[in-house]
Amino acid sequence: MSNLFELILASILNHNIALVYILGMCPLIAISTNVKNAKGMGLAVIIVVTLTAIINWPIYQLLLATGTEKLALLVFIITIAAVVQLLEIFMEKFVPSMYNAFGIFLPLITVNCVVLAVSLFFVNREYTFGETAAFGFGSSVGWALAIILLAGIREKMAKISDLPKGLQGKAIVFIILGILALAFIGFTGLASI
Amino acid sequence: MKWIRLRYTKWFNILKDGLHRNNPIVVAVLGICSSLAVTNRVENAIAMGLGVTFVVMASSAFISLIRNFIPGKVRMVTYMVIISAFVIIVQMFLEAYFPSIASALGAYVGLIITNCIVMGRAEAFAVKNPVRYTLVDGFASGMGYTLVLLVVSIVRELLASGTLLGYQIMPDTWPNWVVMSIAPGGFFVLGLLIWGIREWSKFYETN
Repeated sequence: MSNLFELILASILNHNIALVYILGMCPLIAISTNVKNAKGMGLAVIIVVTLTAIINWPIYQLLLATGTEKLALLVFIITIAAVVQLLEIFMEKFVPSMYNAFGIFLPLITVNCVVLAVSLFFVNREYTFGETAAFGFGSSVGWALAIILLAGIREKMAKISDLPKGLQGKAIVFIILGILALAFIGFTGLASI
Repeated sequence: MKWIRLRYTKWFNILKDGLHRNNPIVVAVLGICSSLAVTNRVENAIAMGLGVTFVVMASSAFISLIRNFIPGKVRMVTYMVIISAFVIIVQMFLEAYFPSIASALGAYVGLIITNCIVMGRAEAFAVKNPVRYTLVDGFASGMGYTLVLLVVSIVRELLASGTLLGYQIMPDTWPNWVVMSIAPGGFFVLGLLIWGIREWSKFYETN
């Protein structure tokens, strides 16, 4: 149990999937212009990543048992697309208030590399089911943390900063991310993965 | 004279678009994940760049070939399946012939699937154009991507360990900038590169 807790802590802080492994950059940059959208996207990612990690693990065991693990990539991407689609239908039908809040972010998640990366990482690191669930949850919380931090900084920055023309827009986002990543390196050694 | 005539052909314009005017990384800011995570060494960057180029060219050509048979509603899923088939080919090829690079890249090879460049070219170009142009377009986008990867990885490897492709370049007294080989270094180098290119080409974002 303490092992799982350590794994969650590590994947949120010192092995943060966005700021240390540099994954999920496209939506991180595109949707971080204000905090409200960043929160919605972060929440959607937490739900989808945790769900797909839990679903993909038994599927991968099935592939291993039949000796077709080379096809894992293809199977994972189809599972992810299917889960996102089902979740969208389910939310629209049963929790419309939630759907209105962040339903628009769901289709974007299929191409968010965090989702696929978590599935590929548990294969590479040979996690058990419990570890996979903990890692999926922790990583997605870490990603949500990164996008909310970034959105907060950008929101403030848009009001007060006077940037050179060439740095405006995307370029400054990379500099902010670099500084955030430096800060997260301070957590090194906190917990092992 | 021949050069002038060449400049107005469609082939030339597609090539120029991908490499320069519409460069996937510095102008459109697509495909960042893989471009930052693998650029800590030049050899990884080359392998990744060539892998992406192959996947873009092959999947665009294939999609363009069957573009009249794909129903509009399921086209995204169709692209995904086609792209992942080619990514699996790249993965198996690297594992068979370059096992050291394959293990250094790890899961990032599989993540070519979610690289927005591949999907973007399929949606924006391959479904509307005949096969021969999609090959040029795929090649141009792939090479534009590889070029940026190379520049970033050269800067990072040189500063982080004083070597290029494993050969010692800097003097022995060079203090290794460890930060360059991890995530922040990648962010800073790419951010400054985009800034530099935008100042140079006078292409600014207006928001």
